[in-house]
Amino acid sequence: MKPAPFRYHAPKTIDEAVETLAQVAAEDGRVLAGGQSLVPIMAFRLARPGHLVDINGVAALRRLAVDGDRLSIGACVRHAAFHKPVVDGPLGRLLAAVVRHIAHYPIRTRGTFCGSVAHADPASEWCAVAAALDAEMVAKSATGTRSIAAQDFFRGIMTTALREDELLTEVRLPILPADTRFGFYEFNRRAGDFALAMALVTYRLQDGVISEPRVAVGGVEPQPRRIEQAERALAGRAPGRAAFEAAAAAVGAAVDPLDDATTSASYRRDLAQTVTRRALEQAAA
Amino acid sequence: MIEKRELTLIVNGRDYSVRVDPRRTLVDAIRDDCGQTGTHIGCEHGVCGACTVLIDGEPVRSCLMFAVQAEGCQIRTVEGLAKGDELHPLQQAFIENHGLQCGFCTPGFLMLATGVLEREPDISDEDLIDVLASNLCRCTGYENIVKAVRAAAAKMTAGR
Repeated sequence: MKPAPFRYHAPKTIDEAVETLAQVAAEDGRVLAGGQSLVPIMAFRLARPGHLVDINGVAALRRLAVDGDRLSIGACVRHAAFHKPVVDGPLGRLLAAVVRHIAHYPIRTRGTFCGSVAHADPASEWCAVAAALDAEMVAKSATGTRSIAAQDFFRGIMTTALREDELLTEVRLPILPADTRFGFYEFNRRAGDFALAMALVTYRLQDGVISEPRVAVGGVEPQPRRIEQAERALAGRAPGRAAFEAAAAAVGAAVDPLDDATTSASYRRDLAQTVTRRALEQAAA
Repeated sequence: MIEKRELTLIVNGRDYSVRVDPRRTLVDAIRDDCGQTGTHIGCEHGVCGACTVLIDGEPVRSCLMFAVQAEGCQIRTVEGLAKGDELHPLQQAFIENHGLQCGFCTPGFLMLATGVLEREPDISDEDLIDVLASNLCRCTGYENIVKAVRAAAAKMTAGR
């Protein structure tokens, strides 16, 4: 239960961090942010990184600010920052509603938003948020900076488009229009456990019917994603039981669920439908 | 061979000069290098919360931090709660409300509750239960822990 030996680096600037990462990437150098997923994995020796690049001392990565129509979340912004709305309007309230589902309080004081996205556990709440809202991930390396769309970023269980020498410096979320409604529902066996299924939905109302619906499901497939078929089932219809059940059924038909020893694929499919319906009911309430 | 690092840990206001491997977890350093064994080690992977300490006022799992990361931080452990012979209101409340049986998880619960009550003295019952669900206790069934923290919160608020 003790991590294997590693070399420790504590850069003070983003440039220093990516230069260090470039040097150590070949020896399985990893970025250490909150450490709430990486350190347990190291304790189990499922990961034995040769180097850790600790970014906690990089002040520029603590930035959490609105840039035009986006909320920029720096790599060292911790989950606990979202307990109270960080921005007026539905986005701040949505993030405050979701954060309460992430593990437990002492994990949220250390773990980071970007760390969760880079780790890409299928059951990560922030990954579901990133997928639902089409977040933009900013990846920086010693050779340049690129922006990656959520739909291209998540590539499977704990697998992303990030290269080994890239640091996820920032995630950008769109500021949601003031009349956006949202709902988030997740199911797990005990409070704070990894979710077996979760759904995040948003939509606006135009002349009494649903417009711009977004339906994303997490914890069900290897990576979270928007379910187009469910969104089509909602668009242009009045919010209510008929539309919500159609959307939930569309989710059930569209997903290819994970299957493991304790949770079968068919059970997860049922859960995916239920969490979608409940998230939609929440949004309409 | 990876070189050990010299650093100073500030535990309950006292400086401890230690020499540790980068892989040394904070809880191991607190116990073995600083000799403060009140903080317990349970699962060593962030699940049980027995090793909860306060880092700059926030409860954290000290098995999920490396000692090198805590340099310059104010670390508070269960040893720092009492003032001389006078127990902290939370410690007293745990005794009075039978908030512990075997006691293994108690230091973690005390630091978790201390951090949360200092930040949010008027915490709602619902939020308090959510917070106390962070740590594992296999004796009490939690009822008396919740009761103890409630009692201490009332006393601490009255004493402000």
